[in-house]
Amino acid sequence: MSQSADKVLDHFKLFREPEYTDMFAKKKAEFEFPVPAESLTHAIEWAKTEEYRDLNFAREALTVNPAKACQPLGAVFAANGFEGTLPFVHGSQGCVAYYRSHFSRHFKEPTSCVSSSMTEDAAVFGGLNNMIDGLQNSYALYKPKMIAVSTTCMAEVIGDDLNAFIKTAKEKGSVPAEYDVPFAHTPAFVGSHITGYDNALLGVIKHFWDGKAGTVPALERKPNDSINFIGGFDGYVVGNNREIKRIFKEFAIDFTMLCDPSDSWDTPTDGEFRMYDGGTTLEDAANALHAKATIAMQTWSTEKTVKFIEEHGQEVVKLNHPVGVAGTDKFLMELSRITGKPIPESLTLERGRLVDAIADSSAHIHGKKFALYGDPDLMLGLTAFLLELGAEPVTVLSTNGDKAWAEEVQALFDASPFGTNCKVYPKKDLWHMRSLLFTDPVDFIIGNTYGKYLDRDTNTPLIRIGFPIFDRHHKHRYPVWGYQGGLNVLVTILDKIFDVMDADTNGIGTTDYSFDIIR
Amino acid sequence: MAALRQIAFYGKGGIGKSTTSQNTLAALAQMGQKILIVGCDPKADSTRLILHAKAQDTVLSLAAEAGSVEDLELEDVMKVGYMDIRCVESGGPEPGVGCAGRGVITSINFLEENGAYDGADYVSYDVLGDVVCGGFAMPIRENKAQEIYIVMSGEMMAMYAANNIAKGVLKYANSGGVRLGGLVCNERQTDKELELAEALAGMLGTKLIHFVPRDNIVQHAELRRMTVLEYAPESKQAEEYRQLATKIHNNAGNGTIPTPITMDQLEDMLMDFGIMQKEDESIIGKAAAAA
Repeated sequence: MSQSADKVLDHFKLFREPEYTDMFAKKKAEFEFPVPAESLTHAIEWAKTEEYRDLNFAREALTVNPAKACQPLGAVFAANGFEGTLPFVHGSQGCVAYYRSHFSRHFKEPTSCVSSSMTEDAAVFGGLNNMIDGLQNSYALYKPKMIAVSTTCMAEVIGDDLNAFIKTAKEKGSVPAEYDVPFAHTPAFVGSHITGYDNALLGVIKHFWDGKAGTVPALERKPNDSINFIGGFDGYVVGNNREIKRIFKEFAIDFTMLCDPSDSWDTPTDGEFRMYDGGTTLEDAANALHAKATIAMQTWSTEKTVKFIEEHGQEVVKLNHPVGVAGTDKFLMELSRITGKPIPESLTLERGRLVDAIADSSAHIHGKKFALYGDPDLMLGLTAFLLELGAEPVTVLSTNGDKAWAEEVQALFDASPFGTNCKVYPKKDLWHMRSLLFTDPVDFIIGNTYGKYLDRDTNTPLIRIGFPIFDRHHKHRYPVWGYQGGLNVLVTILDKIFDVMDADTNGIGTTDYSFDIIR
Repeated sequence: MAALRQIAFYGKGGIGKSTTSQNTLAALAQMGQKILIVGCDPKADSTRLILHAKAQDTVLSLAAEAGSVEDLELEDVMKVGYMDIRCVESGGPEPGVGCAGRGVITSINFLEENGAYDGADYVSYDVLGDVVCGGFAMPIRENKAQEIYIVMSGEMMAMYAANNIAKGVLKYANSGGVRLGGLVCNERQTDKELELAEALAGMLGTKLIHFVPRDNIVQHAELRRMTVLEYAPESKQAEEYRQLATKIHNNAGNGTIPTPITMDQLEDMLMDFGIMQKEDESIIGKAAAAA
């Protein structure tokens, strides 16, 4: 039956119509040459065994579903956090289409980003001409205040030298000589998106502090009382950065948020298109050198940047995505210590409210088992919070977390009675996670959208916390930092616990003795 | 401590680049300089005379074993040889696969990030043949080698390669700090070799920094996997390398932006020296028997 304009069936319903189900069955029988159903069932069951898990963990040369993205994605994130800045990726167009769509799917906002459109001739002769034309076009068409350059695999394999290319492009008049074009080499095959964020942010800071690639004298640090805040690669950047600004204002601290894409990824619909919105001003980025100290909210996401800032004479407070009471306590106490200002009464009240909320719900979270995966800092923050709630983060896995990271997670386990049976898995992927969910079952998974396949395959409910989240809307608008953020994370976890509880107790006349109005 | 000097040796394959560089660096070490050698040739023979080894385990082979470069520690890849010279070989893929140029970039990034350059007076890059792709130009990027030394001889193809390398240096010299330090002529006993080398240096806008005479003692030392400086420190040849080392040491900041020439200019120069005859159309493409 063909579609009728009076009643258009969407894809949910259309493919369940008999003409499609018949066609699919015929295709399977005649063209797919499937293995016998028996072998399929056997393979599915075998993949649930400990024997399979051990083989899976003995894997050496293959990665299946890594929980990470590539460096330039992080570089585009970092560039997007500066005022009027156009992220410019030196490489092929397809890569850049991926960064744009990836962010747009998560933030539900357009993400401006250009590529230098390298093709086969650029691979042979080098991408200098692409840089010259690309900078010129970007400058003329999109009128950015700054163009932040990063690279894809292609430019890195052929060894294009950004510093020399940008200088040559300026000599050829692509952009004015004094125009700001910070750059970072971000080979996609090294590290992950957090490495790229780190490299790109360092590229910008180095540009302003260290004399713009040798074209002007380096700035001299004249310490003042301002504080820098660096959030790191953060899927909740819209909600988080606004919450952090509110906290700084409560303290009445003079601060600079180094890299702030919270406005560019949350532009209002009011009839005006904003290609750029908000962001750290270029002046503030330069003056950040003089700050008294820097708060690194996600140290694993800013390793090189932190080192660079320390070498320029600033104290850096190194945190790991603090979530919850103790995490936020530490963040605020450090703020208080370095500024000499007391913690505002208003925040103390918020703390009490979070503690109250945790106490109200404690009975439902206590003792629940979780398997979580994601970026190294997020894992440290969430592990600490779950332990604080009396939950057991039985499995903590990261693809871009290494051995040193794993030791930090283990230290959290060791410091809590709830950590006794918990294990950390550095440099593992979601196929490892799948095995663990079968052999070491838990009550809930915490992870990004890709966890929905794990949810389906292992029948373990997924709580969506992380990046990217494509299949739920607007989560990025709600902070996960500060006491208010801790409350949001708590509620996100509780909502799923109660949904599962309801679904498990709604059998009419069978299980509905527990289908309660009050939880 | 004086600022870190970074230099690089380039030259046509088989010209004696690794031999010249290791002997020169051994002489610099004898002068009290702390040296780090970064071999950027997939053959990995830039450090054998210093280490008395057949071939050093390379950064990339060790990385392939360990899974990735991130899994390596500096002490895994750095060996210490004669006069405490620290040695690293970048290595590369098997012939016919992969990308050796990217290997050079990967290795140099690894060394910088892991503090391999700390405490060194000299870092010397030994780079294969020609500047064939962006990867092999890594050592001449800004904040890498300040001076490039081209090892050549009086042979036509060695001079052709030297000119090509000068083109590579020029590409980066305009926008960055890299300079051509000079030519080092490794004697092949071809006709009018010294004069030719000096003339080429002049045309490239640089100077012949030293003419290293041919001496069999170099081979004797090589058979023992030693530099002449170690094998026969009192020999005349050791003195030659000491002179070259002193000249390079005193050459800091004296590098120039090269002025590469065209193939025609190079051929004209050879004709001027009587090495090449004016093109005789009647002999082009004729086999020996026919002519």
